[in-house]
Amino acid sequence: MMQVGKMTQRWEGKGAVTEPTWVRYLLVTAALAFLALFLLMPLAAVFVQALDKGWEAYLEALKEPDTISAIRLTLITAAVCVPLNLFFGIVASWAIAKFSFRGKSFLITLIDLPFSVSPVVSGLIYVLIFGLQGWLGPWLQTHDIKIIFAIPGIILATVFVTFPFVARELIPLMESQGREEEEAALTLGASGLQTFFRVTFPNIKWGILYGVILCNARAMGEFGAVSVVSGHVRGSTNTIPLQVEILYNEYNYAAAFAVASLLALLALVTLAIKTVSEWKMQQSISVAGKER
Amino acid sequence: MAWSSGKNNVLPGFTPALGYTIFYLSLIVLIPLSALFFKTATLTWDGFVAAVTAPRVLASYRVTFGASLAAAVINAFAGVLVAWVLVRYRFPGKKLIDALVDLPFALPTAVAGITLASIYSQNGWLGRYLEPHGIKVAFTPLGIAVAMVFIGLPFVVRTVQPVLEELDQEIEEAASCLGANRWQTFRRVLLPTMLPAILTGFALAFARAVGEYGSIIFIAGNMPMVSEITPLLIITKLEQYDYAGATAIATVMLVVSFFMLLCINLLQKWSRRFAE
Amino acid sequence: MSIDIEGISKTFGGFVALDNVSLKVPSGELVALLGPSGSGKTSLLRIIAGLETPDSGRILFDGKEATKRQVQERQVGFVFQHYALFRHMTVFDNIAFGLTVKPKKIRPGKQEIRDKVNKLLKLIQLENLADRYPAQLSGGQRQRVALARALAVEPQVLLLDEPFGALDAKVRLELRRWLRRLHDEIHVTSVFVTHDQEEALEVADRIVVMNHGRIEQQGTPSEVYDHPATPFVYDFLGSVNLFHGRVHEGTAQMGGINLSSPEYALANDAPAVGYVRSHDIAIERQAGDPGAIKAEVRYLLSVGPLVRVDLLLPDGNRTIEVDLTREEAERLQLSIGEQVFARPRKMRVFVDDYQI
Repeated sequence: MMQVGKMTQRWEGKGAVTEPTWVRYLLVTAALAFLALFLLMPLAAVFVQALDKGWEAYLEALKEPDTISAIRLTLITAAVCVPLNLFFGIVASWAIAKFSFRGKSFLITLIDLPFSVSPVVSGLIYVLIFGLQGWLGPWLQTHDIKIIFAIPGIILATVFVTFPFVARELIPLMESQGREEEEAALTLGASGLQTFFRVTFPNIKWGILYGVILCNARAMGEFGAVSVVSGHVRGSTNTIPLQVEILYNEYNYAAAFAVASLLALLALVTLAIKTVSEWKMQQSISVAGKER
Repeated sequence: MAWSSGKNNVLPGFTPALGYTIFYLSLIVLIPLSALFFKTATLTWDGFVAAVTAPRVLASYRVTFGASLAAAVINAFAGVLVAWVLVRYRFPGKKLIDALVDLPFALPTAVAGITLASIYSQNGWLGRYLEPHGIKVAFTPLGIAVAMVFIGLPFVVRTVQPVLEELDQEIEEAASCLGANRWQTFRRVLLPTMLPAILTGFALAFARAVGEYGSIIFIAGNMPMVSEITPLLIITKLEQYDYAGATAIATVMLVVSFFMLLCINLLQKWSRRFAE
Repeated sequence: MSIDIEGISKTFGGFVALDNVSLKVPSGELVALLGPSGSGKTSLLRIIAGLETPDSGRILFDGKEATKRQVQERQVGFVFQHYALFRHMTVFDNIAFGLTVKPKKIRPGKQEIRDKVNKLLKLIQLENLADRYPAQLSGGQRQRVALARALAVEPQVLLLDEPFGALDAKVRLELRRWLRRLHDEIHVTSVFVTHDQEEALEVADRIVVMNHGRIEQQGTPSEVYDHPATPFVYDFLGSVNLFHGRVHEGTAQMGGINLSSPEYALANDAPAVGYVRSHDIAIERQAGDPGAIKAEVRYLLSVGPLVRVDLLLPDGNRTIEVDLTREEAERLQLSIGEQVFARPRKMRVFVDDYQI
């Protein structure tokens, strides 16, 4: 997904091998119509419905105490999950991209695993471990520790669903950069940490940003897994997406969309940062390519 | 350098890095997932079969897999079209559109869910024109497919796009020099080259749709036997404290996910077979 | 600093990269490791640097055990095949890197680093490009920056992996002469890896020819070129013609030529192969000499300063290649189809089933 856009220029408007003009117009129109229907309309609908009752109602809905507490919980969750998975992603991609060992591609598949598990199943597995009927349930109850239907469960489920984001961005990036620069740093007397922070890190910083921003978007927006473990207690174990659900189910549509618009804004910011970091990564790869 | 193993590479930190990777992976992913299988193992075989083949469960498979398949097929066609247009043609707003294709990845599923539900409901932007013609989208299996098209949209586009970009124009020029017309060139030269990527994207979109929950439940109507998806059924069982039933169905879902993952890995290997 | 390599072996999986290699590199010499790809030369260089660990054997720097020393502690300057410049740093920062990562106690001051880097920039003749990034440099410029970066830490040993491999022909020629002059100035013990015999012959004080993880021969360029120790070395350095024949009690018979080969005094009618370089064959019109073979001119081709002549031997299916100087060719005025006599001026006979 990182190389998108690299060679586009070459194709645009080249004469010899292309389709008749009317075919081109037809195809572009069809594609844009499809995207308008499935992408732009939902996006527009969020904001239109959020402001359905005017700005004041919009702001009022956001100032609702339950909403504020949902926002706080979402921020806490992201603030715990993102650093954990960031650290893991960097460590794992160092081991995987800079060294070769047996079973490497199997390990990569295992890291990607949470992406292919249904969010509902991701939540369920934690219920099976920490829930009342679960492995640790009785022990947790006697010690009065609440994980399921409480904040720790929400964080655990979110860590699970956002687990691969940073690693899967960094592994291919670091692999494409090889390890000659690190070896050069070592021959020049740099220590392991100096090598990482002064040579490796500057080369992967845009990849890290890319991974972090996607990880963050998912952490703040996760619904299925969190819904299973949360318990839906208003004002205490509700994240923003769960708050959206509650408001929607109460037919309080304007408020639901007002809160949802926060998440839609987050998505737009995410896409913007993602596009920039993709572009920067491409630059660093094509520079490396030129050096070869 | 292809032979060097971790040990004799001089870069520091291999053992702790790999150690931490495996530790964290086990803690967060492997042990919790294995809990599902251990829990399933406590069921009797008959009990397991009964739980996963109850009529309501079978109906949910039909709805989930049927809608996922339909959505993935639509996405395969639309995805190739969008990728083609984004790579080959120039039009205003192209960069923006290109960035927006990833919106379904970035937009939280609950937001997508309520939005689609409202657009296609009786008074919604589209629903108000469709319902008079007898096309009911919201609260029907059709609505489920619509939500699945939305969330699966980027997969085919993003797998096909790089393949199209890296295609050498000389190949098409060669085909036309040999007398092929544009359609023949597409059919016989371009499509076979894109096919592995299309199938990979198709499989990714399908796998995502099968497990999807948030964007569907708002538009689905969730009528048992008619428009109830399997993930929702798991939650319903859980809310009724039927842990065994929930676990059994979840195991089926997980096995399906593993199978899809295997297919996707094989497809990706296959798509690299022509790579230099 | 001198380097002693004692009985180094290294395998990667099932592949034997180095098979009990021993070598001495005297202090201040410029040594070429020459061999085809897969001969183990790069592995040996990386083992000297500490970038790979040998399976067995020892490396000594100035007689002191260095096998266990970490790469950071070896004080080697390593120039990578693709330069491995830090792409996010300017030329200046690249060269300064080795100085800035020194522990605080022994790290030179800012001004000192600046002076040193400027001196090196002058040495590599890139004073004006200090603020450029690697991507903005040409291949030859990158190569020189890589060299300056390696020299900045005042290494005891300079190791270069295919230093000119990625450059185009003209730049390569300039740069290797520059490297030779540079070495004459700074006299740091240097080892470089190459698969280009011409490069090794021109630049090195000594050449070590490697094949299949073993050292085939080592010596000065003229020793190696004029007295190849094995058929492989003969074949690898320069173009060569083969004559098949037999050796019996110190006399070799090669396609109508008899010559004495006292080193095989004990041979008893053994199959043998004679090696003659294409410029070690004289072409004559008269059969003046018993050591000449009748042959037919098949093909004539001017290659720069030389004229290449293909001769068809009397058996009708083998050809030999002869390189004549222009003068020689002018004098002879050969024409295609003509009968001539070819006389090897120098032939080396190996009793061996070695085949090219």
